[in-house]
Formats: sequence, structure tokens, C-alpha cells
Amino acid sequence: MSVTGRIERRFETLRREGRAAFVSFVTAGDPNLEQSEAILAGLPAAGVDIVELGMPFTDPMADGPAIQAAGLRALAAGQTMHRTLDMVRRFRQRDDETPIVLMGYYNPIYRYGVEAFLKDAVEAGVDGLIIVDLPAEEDAELCEPAIEAGIRFIRLLTPTTDDKRLERVLRNCSGFLYYVSVTGITGAASGARGAVDAARRRFAARTDLPVVVGFGIKTPERVAEIAAVADGAVVGTAIVDRIARNVGGDGRLSEGGVEDVLGFVASLAAGVRREEAAATATGGAR
Amino acid sequence: MNRPERPNSYRSLPDAEGHFGLFGGRYVAETLMPLILELEEAYAAARVDPAFKAEMDDLMRNYVGRPSPLYFAERLTEHYGGAKIYLKREELNHTGAHKINNCIGQILLARRMGKKRIIAETGAGQHGVATATVAARFGLECLIFMGETDIERQKPNVFRMNLLGAKVVPVHSGARTLKDAMNEALRDWVTNVESTYYLIGTAAGPHPYPAMVRDFQAVIGQETREQMLAAEGRLPDTLMACVGGGSNAIGLFHPFLDDEGVRMVAVEAAGHGVDTGQHAASITAGSLGVLHGNRTYLLQDDDGQILEAHSISAGLDYPGVGPEHGWLHDVGRVEYVSATDGEALDAFQTCCRLEGIIPALESSHALAHVAKVAPDLPKDHLIVVNLSGRGDKDIFTVADSLGVKI
Repeated sequence: MSVTGRIERRFETLRREGRAAFVSFVTAGDPNLEQSEAILAGLPAAGVDIVELGMPFTDPMADGPAIQAAGLRALAAGQTMHRTLDMVRRFRQRDDETPIVLMGYYNPIYRYGVEAFLKDAVEAGVDGLIIVDLPAEEDAELCEPAIEAGIRFIRLLTPTTDDKRLERVLRNCSGFLYYVSVTGITGAASGARGAVDAARRRFAARTDLPVVVGFGIKTPERVAEIAAVADGAVVGTAIVDRIARNVGGDGRLSEGGVEDVLGFVASLAAGVRREEAAATATGGAR
Repeated sequence: MNRPERPNSYRSLPDAEGHFGLFGGRYVAETLMPLILELEEAYAAARVDPAFKAEMDDLMRNYVGRPSPLYFAERLTEHYGGAKIYLKREELNHTGAHKINNCIGQILLARRMGKKRIIAETGAGQHGVATATVAARFGLECLIFMGETDIERQKPNVFRMNLLGAKVVPVHSGARTLKDAMNEALRDWVTNVESTYYLIGTAAGPHPYPAMVRDFQAVIGQETREQMLAAEGRLPDTLMACVGGGSNAIGLFHPFLDDEGVRMVAVEAAGHGVDTGQHAASITAGSLGVLHGNRTYLLQDDDGQILEAHSISAGLDYPGVGPEHGWLHDVGRVEYVSATDGEALDAFQTCCRLEGIIPALESSHALAHVAKVAPDLPKDHLIVVNLSGRGDKDIFTVADSLGVKI
């Protein structure tokens, strides 16, 4: 991975700033294309360092009720893979710095065609992929072609990933590592800070990749806490819940809804910029 | 379609990575991978352990009631006036379906692995009942995930599971049927990895489930082979079975796959018709995709979103099919056809009246295909139909379809 991309440049900048990354997750097309696009466009100004954009899927086996519902809202509003890539393409016309990572399940990509998908994703300005149901055992499917195409393949590591597996999991991982701090679905309770710290140190012994931590982080305080021990904190369910709270009976965000969501994101993003996070972040944000 | 090369044996798959040609694999979240590998290892050890086999054989004989009879259906044969029809009586097993065969195998494996909590998905409730049964027998905690729609149409089975001490967890997502129950079971498993054994009910899911479930169900075909040799002095000419996920079909077919003279026909649920968009015929009318841990034929739209299946039979109401079936279709070893709700209902009633056997609506799909082909076959043509379950659970659905209030 000698070529430097947006993800590497972003972590390099953060390292100089001495702080961890704030990573946000929203589902593309939730609750509809137009308003989802407005939220996406506002994320960098709200303090988001890396954007995770969910590709909706009817059967999200590793997601909790909030993200399941977000996917269904998006699909009901007509979201497709083409539309998701169009969102990225239009975002890139205004912002060529903020990394975008698409997150989801394999089937919609498989159906699109791996080769066509990678070509269109590169062209749209996608930086990385997180595909929940593609473990290292299936690397030939998408991971290897993606890396070849210049797209980072970001892997989920979990508390069940033992040392024996770690090697295999790390082999083709690029961009950053995503540590799922608890076993479970998205939106579940988060792991204890000490355990997160220990896990991060275990990974650090074997890879130079930054480690971001997600699953169950819902408040600025938790963001700050995780930012103190990791290279980044991911918030998904809490933001998606905030979107849901603003959706009216017509399936649209009510007046001021986009601003409310972005305000909430800004409050979470402030967590990585707190002193307590920065003071200890030197070990985290390498 | 480009037909894959004919293998030396149709019985040598999957490979080490769990692939049947293009099909199968292990498409699961990283959280589950260590567990899937552990399961694979445990199963590989168990299958060659004589003690495991002895315990399994004993339970199959004395608890399940095996071997199940191979019964010559004289009046159905007369009625259709052609081929000689035999029924493999899996509906006589304990709990009334073939599902128990697999459950016995997996519960013994779960116990070997030291798991204390059993989870399963169910559609018609047959697999849920069978799982609750073996969990009760071995004193293990049991949770059954079941779609709300299915809970509504299979109330007696829900009560059976409760009587057996299992907790039935209603699933509210999606169409609230089998697919959604499977999603929810996977979510539970991801959350409770250490304590929990996921007892999948059909020959689908991530490797090693498709192969393992097939092996546990292969007893159906092994017995049929011996029984037919004893009854007729030769192998059957045609095997027929319904296919949803496909465990009863693969169980009957697998021991015969390398017997060239044995024709095999699997019958999918055509629901209101395969052209209506309301069916569960994923091989007949679906396309390749990845869901629930394996690559197989799925009902999906152009964007790779999974479509809801429809069948009058809850046990076939699933938008995918086991990976080995996808492969057997592509290599041309097994024929895949379909029968509609109406055809299954007709066959259901014919079987009740002529044989005094109330078949499951699932199995009635296989009987419906017999009705189509048996009359034109010679009288010495031997058909074996897998009567995979009994239909007592379906009488409310059938009454409803016939406009009868009970």
C-alpha cells in the first residue's frame, strides 16, 4: 500500500494535530436521497473526519433495529447502489479531502458486478470498503480486486478475533482497522475502555494501521474516552436514531431536521477535540 | 448457461473452503468466523468418532423411531395409473417430520462443544419443534426465532414449542417469515457467541452447515436404498422431494447421486405461479447471490435486494436454497421443477383420501409433481416420494384455503 490516498492523508493530518478521528456513519438515502445528500454534504463542517456511508440492504444480519430501519427507509424511498455512488460523486465535486468509506453487505455489490462496481466506485471517489459478510476466507471475491483497484479494504476486528486469526485478518487489511468493541449487532452496549485499550495494543504490535473503535458509542463523553485510547471513534446508531427522530409521517425530515442532525453530529465530533482526549491521544493517534 | 464440468463423483463436495463449485462458502461477519471454524473442527472430529455414531444411532432408533418405512402407495399408484409410487415415511418420525434427524446430530455436537444455549430459526415450526424437542431431551436452554406471520399461521406448533420448554421469540422485521427469523437468529448468535449453538434447520448457511445437515439427513436416502433393494430387488427410477432450503431433498438424493440410472426431481414452491412474483422458486426463477452465509440462487431484484418469498407452505417460504442444490442444478444432475399452491392443495387432498395419510403442505408439492408425471410413466417405473412431514399442523391453512371454518 505504497500509494497514499485520502485515508492515509487524513490520518497523517490528524497525527500532526495530535488528535483522534471522528468517524460518522449514516445510511445512504435515509430517509430520502435529497435530505440524505444534504446531511452528507454537511458532515465535514460538523467535524467529521471520515465518512462511513451505509449501502442499504434488505437483510442486514449484523445490524440492530436502528440501522435496519434506516436501510428500509432508504430502500422505501428508492435508494439503489447507483444512487449511492452518485451521492459520492456529487460530494466529491465539493470535497476532495474527506475520505468516504462505503459500508454494507456483499450481495448488492455482487449483483452489481464486482468489476463494474469497483470501476464506478473509484471513479465516484470512494476510498474504502467495509463489507460485513466478507471474512478473510473470501478475500478473492472483492478484497483483492478492490485493493488492486486502489480502494482500501477495511476489516472488522472483534473480541473473538484471537491471535491465531489476527494474522490472517490483517493480511489484506488496508486503510485502517475497525475494532468492534463488543460482540453483537450495531447499537449494542459498548465495551469497557480498558478492554478497548488492551485490544488496540494487541493490534499495534502487529500492524501500523490506525485503529478506530466503534459499536455502542453514543455520547460526546464516550467519544472522548475512546479517542484517548484509539486512533478514531465511530458513531453510527446514535446518529441514525437522531435522523429517525426527525422523520415525519411522510417519510421526510421535518423542517430543521437536517440542521438538528448535523448539530448533534457536531456535538459528538467535539468529543475528539476535548482536552482529555488530546492529552492522552499521543499513544492513540500515531 | 455454461454447464460446469461433470465431476468424477457428485458426492465429493464441498471442498475445504465449503464450496460446491461456485456455491456455498462462508459469508459471515468476522465475529462469527472463529466459531464457524471451531464448529467445522468439532464436526470433523465427531463424524469419525465411533462413540458419536453409536449415540446417534441409538437415539435415531429408540427416540426418533428409525428406520422410517418405505411404503408402497397402492391406491395412489392405481389412481394415477402409471408409475409405481412409494412413499418414504419421514412424517412418522418423532415430531412428525424429517427435521429431527438433523436436530439429533447437531444437539449431540453442541453438547460435545460444551454449549449451553441453543438457538434456531423456524418457518413452519417443524424445525422449531424438533429443536425444542432435542433441547428438552438434553436439558439445554432453547430460543426459537419465528416470524410473526408464521406464528400466526402455525399456532399449534408455537404452543408445542412452549410445552417443550422453549422460548419462542417473535420476529417483527421484514415480511416476518423464515428469512427474517434467520436474520434475527444470526444477530443473537453474533451477540452471544461464546455460550450459544446455532442449530440451523436446513442444508444452507455458512460452511460447514450445508454439508453437516446433509450428512445428518442422508439417513433418509441410505435407508431408502436398502429398503427398495429389499422390496424390488433394484434401485428406484425416480426420486422426488420438495425443496425450500432443501434438507429433505438432499437427504434423500445424496446417497444416490452417483447412481446414473436414478433420476432426481426436486419440486420448488411456485406459490401463485412463478410468473406472478409471488413464489419461492429460487432455482426456477431466481439468480445467483450471497445471503445467510452462502452463495446460492436467491429471489432478488436488480439491485441485489432480497425479495419476499411466497408459498402456502411456511416451510418452503424462503427466498433462497441450499448451495448444493444450486450446484446440482447447474451440473444437471438434479431436475428442478415447481408446483403452485393450488396444485399442492389438490395433491394434499388426494393423498388424504386415497392413502389415509395427511401430508405436510411442503411434501404435498412433491406429491403434486407425482400427479403430473406418474400417469405417463410405465407401470414398472419406481418412484420414491419423500413424505417429509405430516400435515396435522397445516389443517387450519388448508381449511382456510378451502373456505371451511373450523
